[in-house]
Amino acid sequence: MWPLSIKRPGGVPIKVIIAFFLLIFCGLLIYVSATLPLRGDSLAPMHRDQSAVGSPGASAYYIRNAFRDTATPNMVTAILADYRGYDTLGEETVILTAGLICYLLLRKKER
Amino acid sequence: MRRFRRNIIILMVSKMVAPYIMLFAFYVIFHGHLSPGGGFQGGTLLSAAILLMRLTAGIKLGERQFKRILGTPLGSLGVLIYFGVGFLALLWGGEFLNYAYLPFGLTPEKLRYLGILLVEIGVGIAVAAILVSIYDDLLEHNNE
Amino acid sequence: MSNFAYISVAILLTLGIYGMVLKKNLVKKLIGMTILQVAVIMFFIASAVKGGATVPVLDERLGIPNPIHYISPLQHCLMLTAIVVGVATSGVAFALAILIYRRFKTLDEGILLQRMGEK
Repeated sequence: MWPLSIKRPGGVPIKVIIAFFLLIFCGLLIYVSATLPLRGDSLAPMHRDQSAVGSPGASAYYIRNAFRDTATPNMVTAILADYRGYDTLGEETVILTAGLICYLLLRKKER
Repeated sequence: MRRFRRNIIILMVSKMVAPYIMLFAFYVIFHGHLSPGGGFQGGTLLSAAILLMRLTAGIKLGERQFKRILGTPLGSLGVLIYFGVGFLALLWGGEFLNYAYLPFGLTPEKLRYLGILLVEIGVGIAVAAILVSIYDDLLEHNNE
Repeated sequence: MSNFAYISVAILLTLGIYGMVLKKNLVKKLIGMTILQVAVIMFFIASAVKGGATVPVLDERLGIPNPIHYISPLQHCLMLTAIVVGVATSGVAFALAILIYRRFKTLDEGILLQRMGEK
């Protein structure tokens, strides 16, 4: 018995109530997306040289200093493997763990 | 179940195209510094070149290209290369994963360039081997 | 009305959650999860552009790197990690779906709950 197909004696099935709440959620997301900074604005707070509290802005720092520190023209690879190399190590461990999980769950033992 | 018959056109085309996909994958891994690319993108392309033969010709002929038991050891080797480069930097005086302290004797910018290249090779090998290994595990019980 | 890309991301996100909650088949739930992950990735990448800027690979003709000329590379770097985590999650989820089918001989949620209850 699927729990969402139970018919309530009042009238409206549970599926319709959940779909209605999903529509409200979508409308809320669209309303909030209008208050975000304009897409493509060069003066948005995330693209500036200094954030609102005085710390250096991340993407502006990486664009100015990636070639001077690492001699690679591709900024995305320099960030991924040098400035944030620890995250890439953890993420490669995630891939290895997923591969080992599939191996342990599904390979049959040789008899 | 109906016996699955292999099509000669698909076999011929995939046999001719798979080496070039592999060559392009190595190009994307090694030119990660100069154009968009790098370890993850090249690793996925490399796994596509290996999976093409497994999809079109079956597991028995696909094993001639890349054996089934090589999947997880090569994945561990890739993570070991990444960890080894970081550990090498630790042994020679710097912090973990600070490539300027590698013992190869160049300027710090060139040493970081070399460190990024070694790390991307490790990531490419690991991603390709694990993606092929996941595919082989999901099709374990089909003997054809 | 110029944040049009964010509206499409909101619609994709709602479709993904709809698939995860209101469908009975386990594989359709997994497809909904994949759609949800793709929607979040697209939101980050769509928010990283700047007007009149080029890809974040250095061009010698533009001189000293200036943040006016290049789009923000930080979001692309974070989303590479997110894509790979999505692939790993999908792989493990399909392996678990295969094990569930071998054990209980069904992929339907209602019948599955029934058979799990009586074991």
